[in-house]
Amino acid sequence: MAEHWVDFLRLMDGTLRFAAPLILCAMAGLVSERSGVIDIGLEGKLLAGAFAAAAVASITGSAPFGLLAAIAVSMAMGLLHGFACITHRGEQIISGVAINFLASGATIVAGIALFSRGGQSPPLSAGERFRPITLPGVEALAGVPVIGPLYAELISGHNVLVYAAVASVPMVWWMLFRTTFGLRLRAVGEKPEAVDSAGLSVTWLRYRGVLIAGALCGVAGAYLSIAHGGGFVREMSAGKGYIALAAMIFGKWRPGPVLFACLIFGFLEAAAARLQSVELPMVGVIPVELILVLPYVATVVLLAGFFGRAVPPKALGVAYVKER
Amino acid sequence: MKIAPLPRWAEVGLIPVLNIALALAVSGVVIAMLGESPMAALVVMMKGAFVNPGGLGYTLYYTTNFIFTGLAVSIAFHAMLFNIGGEGQAAIGGLGVALVCLALDPVLPGALVIVLAIGASAAFGAAWALIPGYLQAYRGSHIVITTIMFNFIAAGLTVALLTGALMRPGQSSPQTREFAEAAQLPFIHDMLGWVGLGVARSPLNLSFVIALVCCVGVWVLIWRTKFGYALRAMGQSEPAAIYAGIPVQRMVVIAMALSGGMAGMMALNEILGVQHKLLLNFTSGYGFTGIAVALMGRNHPVGIVLASLLFGALFQGGAELDFEFKTITREMVLLIQGLIILFSGALAYMLYPLVGRVFAMVRGADG
Repeated sequence: MAEHWVDFLRLMDGTLRFAAPLILCAMAGLVSERSGVIDIGLEGKLLAGAFAAAAVASITGSAPFGLLAAIAVSMAMGLLHGFACITHRGEQIISGVAINFLASGATIVAGIALFSRGGQSPPLSAGERFRPITLPGVEALAGVPVIGPLYAELISGHNVLVYAAVASVPMVWWMLFRTTFGLRLRAVGEKPEAVDSAGLSVTWLRYRGVLIAGALCGVAGAYLSIAHGGGFVREMSAGKGYIALAAMIFGKWRPGPVLFACLIFGFLEAAAARLQSVELPMVGVIPVELILVLPYVATVVLLAGFFGRAVPPKALGVAYVKER
Repeated sequence: MKIAPLPRWAEVGLIPVLNIALALAVSGVVIAMLGESPMAALVVMMKGAFVNPGGLGYTLYYTTNFIFTGLAVSIAFHAMLFNIGGEGQAAIGGLGVALVCLALDPVLPGALVIVLAIGASAAFGAAWALIPGYLQAYRGSHIVITTIMFNFIAAGLTVALLTGALMRPGQSSPQTREFAEAAQLPFIHDMLGWVGLGVARSPLNLSFVIALVCCVGVWVLIWRTKFGYALRAMGQSEPAAIYAGIPVQRMVVIAMALSGGMAGMMALNEILGVQHKLLLNFTSGYGFTGIAVALMGRNHPVGIVLASLLFGALFQGGAELDFEFKTITREMVLLIQGLIILFSGALAYMLYPLVGRVFAMVRGADG
């Protein structure tokens, strides 16, 4: 029994590891889209953040500097997105696609120029990475059944960015639903003309939305390359930005349900990794690819309104033209 | 100050050229920052794309992919639908080609298999786009999100099939067996060889001609038929289209199916024309590049052919960068692509006020 418990906890532990970048990216998308700006560029910002983190950590030898660089680069890309679709009222989806291409190209070009390793960063040493933290009290609780393993396996022993990812959910919730700024941000995504007539700048509010989204994507990028991984590998975001987008829609643009969706999608990844060529009783070997496409299938089914309705913010994707 | 509308030639010709010039200028700055000469890089790329033996053939081979995916994006654009799922539709189109060839090439004559495979590529691609189209029209899902999801589902499906049921017997690499030689599209260098013209070998094949025929077909469909008129009317204003009695929901589904069919036919070039077997990731982002092509080509077949040629040259020329330079590689092309999408797509209207002011100044000086 205790063995199964530990086994289960390890699976949950893996779930959390896979879910962490999804949570951060999905929260990023949530903030941006709640302000009315579609964010297809999550993937690109994640990738660019991952590269910046690894590059700066490797050059300066410091993981926190890497994290800051990731946030800065990712915010800069958010700014570009804002410049195109808030200032110049460009098509938001096209701008997002452009950002994804720019990130793919720029990370490899810059990687080759900096490190001459075919687009990868050098492997990072322990000091250049965020290492797992053992929380106090693991020893003391070690003897306690059920709770001891729970604390040691699931709660303790993650790197700081995993905790940041989990903390980002209540923080985003609080910001959106308990502060004046959040109220205005949501209003700008639903009825910008109302916000405008109240004398607030729609443009500045939306810019703050895409900047916050950029910062969160940057943290997610740093997680990939200098916390979970030990360096940057080309295209290492591998579609996670899109899964986060799916999770955001699956959670219907609300922080709690989005977290839940990220955990489910993370669980599917963790389970797929475990089920790789494992013979199951009754069913045999399940092709891992089929498990991995489940998040996408689920999102399509949800969007089609077959269980519940996902209603996006009303002004999502609509550029605001101030009346003169 | 109110800016007078620009003359038509400036809107259709000048602004797009300025936007591309801006994208290329930024690319040049990046190359200069990497310590290489932008001019030297341009010369290497142009030589590789047009001058070196076989270079032009390779350029036109890439062009073929972009014509198909560019047309695909443009058809949907005319109806104000954003089909971002060209990757998946092309992958499924390839699956259609492979299924027809694997099942029928031992029993039917090659020419007949080719005709069926062409039909299958379009039909499979169309089916893969039809579902998102249906869900958008009748269930209210967002076409962009659904087509993105369908890209990933298509990728998962192909991996599962190629590592499972369709894998070449007795092998462990994820690809099918090779199709019979009679069921492969002929290469252009072979075809020219039959009439006595010797040209360098390249992957350019008959699908290039098919792509050009599709361009004419799309032009006729969009600008010379009642259907095309309805499609464009719907893209301009959905309420007006409904008022005019256009069955908007059905049109969305048909537009997506046509778009997906075009994307699916991209597989003809790669699978039936060059690889002669189904393998993983043969779409290599060409579906996404179709977005850039359609934007640059302003959704018109002539513009799409020109934009495809430019991207074909960039892809072929970009491959040459690898051999000539240490610090700049073919991935530079991804960056250039991103910049082109940014400047001719998302920032398409950035230069309007500026150009408008210049025009006003010139007019003022005249008067």
